[in-house]
Amino acid sequence: MPLSSRHLLGLQGVPKEDIQLILDTATTFREVLERPIKKVPTLQGKTVVNLFYENSTRTRISFELAEKRLSADAINFSAGTSSVSKGETLKDTMRNIEAMKVDMVVIRHSAAGTPLFLTRICNANIINAGDGIHEHPTQALLDMYSIREKLGKIEGLKVCIIGDVAHSRVALSNIYGLKTMGVKVSVCGPSTMIPKFIEDLGVNVIHDIDEAIQENDVLNVLRIQLERKAREYFPSIREYARYFGITEKRLEKNGKDILILHPGPINRGVELSSEVADGLNQIILQQVTNGVAVRMAVLYLLGTLN
Amino acid sequence: MKLILKNINLLHPEQKINEKETDIILSDGIISKIGNLNEKDNENAKIIDLKSKYVVPGFFDMHVHLREPGREDEETVESGCDSAANGGFTAVACMPNTEPAIDSAEVVTLIKRRAVNHLLDVYPVGAATFGRKGEVISPMAELFETGAVAFSDDGVAIKTASILRRALEYSKMYKTPIIEHCEDETFAGGAMNEGLNSTMLGLLPIPSVSEDMIVIRDILMAEYTDGKLHIAHISTKRSVDMVREAKRRGVKATAEVTPHHFTLTDDALKTYDTNFKMSPPLRTREDVEACLEGLKDGTIDCIASDHAPHSIEEKEMEFEYAPNGIIGLETEVGLVLSELYHKKILTLEQIIEKLALNPRKILNIPIPKFKIGEEANFTILDLDEVWTVDISKFKSKSINSPFNRRLLNGRAIGVINKKKMFYQDLFVEL
Repeated sequence: MPLSSRHLLGLQGVPKEDIQLILDTATTFREVLERPIKKVPTLQGKTVVNLFYENSTRTRISFELAEKRLSADAINFSAGTSSVSKGETLKDTMRNIEAMKVDMVVIRHSAAGTPLFLTRICNANIINAGDGIHEHPTQALLDMYSIREKLGKIEGLKVCIIGDVAHSRVALSNIYGLKTMGVKVSVCGPSTMIPKFIEDLGVNVIHDIDEAIQENDVLNVLRIQLERKAREYFPSIREYARYFGITEKRLEKNGKDILILHPGPINRGVELSSEVADGLNQIILQQVTNGVAVRMAVLYLLGTLN
Repeated sequence: MKLILKNINLLHPEQKINEKETDIILSDGIISKIGNLNEKDNENAKIIDLKSKYVVPGFFDMHVHLREPGREDEETVESGCDSAANGGFTAVACMPNTEPAIDSAEVVTLIKRRAVNHLLDVYPVGAATFGRKGEVISPMAELFETGAVAFSDDGVAIKTASILRRALEYSKMYKTPIIEHCEDETFAGGAMNEGLNSTMLGLLPIPSVSEDMIVIRDILMAEYTDGKLHIAHISTKRSVDMVREAKRRGVKATAEVTPHHFTLTDDALKTYDTNFKMSPPLRTREDVEACLEGLKDGTIDCIASDHAPHSIEEKEMEFEYAPNGIIGLETEVGLVLSELYHKKILTLEQIIEKLALNPRKILNIPIPKFKIGEEANFTILDLDEVWTVDISKFKSKSINSPFNRRLLNGRAIGVINKKKMFYQDLFVEL
């Protein structure tokens, strides 16, 4: 059964069957990644452009690797080195790229809604690799894949997302995806970092990190933005680390075997202590490996749809 | 030219005129006879049988952006006036966020001169402070003398309470209102109303309290100075409540609402269509209901479009980068009749107050009279014409309307003013 949409713009409204299909397909590709020759001819002849308007080395590399392992022709476009600096509009850039006969576009952009905008101005399959503080669907999919790989299931689990939920595309995609998969989702962070009305999405809000640890099976710990405007939302890194950081001591105190995810890059000593970041509970590097498999699955399912 | 408008319903709430199936004669644009026409009257006359259409005092939109000088690619005084005439207006007040701002007699004169030969009356709103920077009050006396009818820092609220105080005090000498765009600038930078929708769409939120805080500041300052305050494009329930309460206390505060703020909610943003991006942002159903209630009970004095032309390339853009604002002159009357008249929110008399009488009262402009010897200043309404909005038929130079393809019930089919008529898509000298 194919996916119900020819784009992956976000996980809001994506049916359970689609998520299941992507995760199951990723399992196959995960196995490919263990082979001596990690390449399949599935997308041979297809051209994928990685259109990155925002710096993100790891997401871009993950997508590029996924494309190459599927034998697609991968082209990288990053805003700094392109016509953006010449003042060209996104629409013109997109049309130029499309004129070169491109099949799929992976877009990362700081403005929410840009992937949807692209679907209106071109015919390629669009994959959202993160749009502003809106969605980052492949990250949530790889998080779910990693949880399933480790705990054997997703449905019925309790997952808490910790950190600056108000400015996180990872949080929103996780909330949509996890809710669809039957997970009990909560968010935890300083109240300035929890968006108003988030409870209307069926999410519990807590402000006590110990409670978050005790009540959940999985913690998905977000990266705290230390730069620029983000600093308006919390008093100091010291205070954040002290009241919302995950430390070995805190895990021991709550005496609980808990799974810890982090989308990376980590701020050691802030949201995760070094012991936890390297400890037995976390699966941060597995997430990175799984990310390639999940992105291969998405590219494959969309690329072979037509 | 002798023109006879036959079979009209003449309605003028201020003059208590409400006559059905009557006729009116205009001689060179001057009203020369009302009713009781005889055979002789028809001689050498151009006769238009209006078949029970309404003739009402010319509509006045007191909040439009004509973009001249500065952005003549988006609109000019002439194209904006054409758009207004096509939308059923005989007068507009144009806002000062031009480049340069309307903060000198030269710019006021330029705009006035551009409109001299047009059917429309154009009344510039002067900047309240030099360059709309909120630092030093503008030369209001000179601006007033050359034709400015109000003052505003338009697009932003006057920066500080102390400058607002001086602006209210100074403009009081000329009985001109200070028109305020109520938004706390420390909340600027958001892209839509704060709510579940902004969370779900990942757009930085603008809370309604950002408007409310400036509304209450301005009301207190108007009360303190006894100056005249006009709240532009009110959009929140709390603000409507505060204006209602201020009026009860006798504060000289008035308010306007746009058709989009009493018609649409932030649900419309789900497609990230930049034609739904405006300031203030579209709010919630509760706010829309409060605006309708405010219109009903008189808290909101008038309806204005906030007609804000933007070029195609500026709007066809990532949502967060696109500018705020939509054009509205050519959909305003249709939306008012569809959403307020046919849905029985307002009577036709109340609509005439909001669109013709109150804007002139607020700006100290004489109300056109239906009296022999007076120059005709009319809007002609067909209350029941069902039509579909088509941006390709707009007279405006811009097309940034969220109402394209919308089915409306009722429209203005013509206007007469300054001895000119716009009817059936033609301007005619009378």
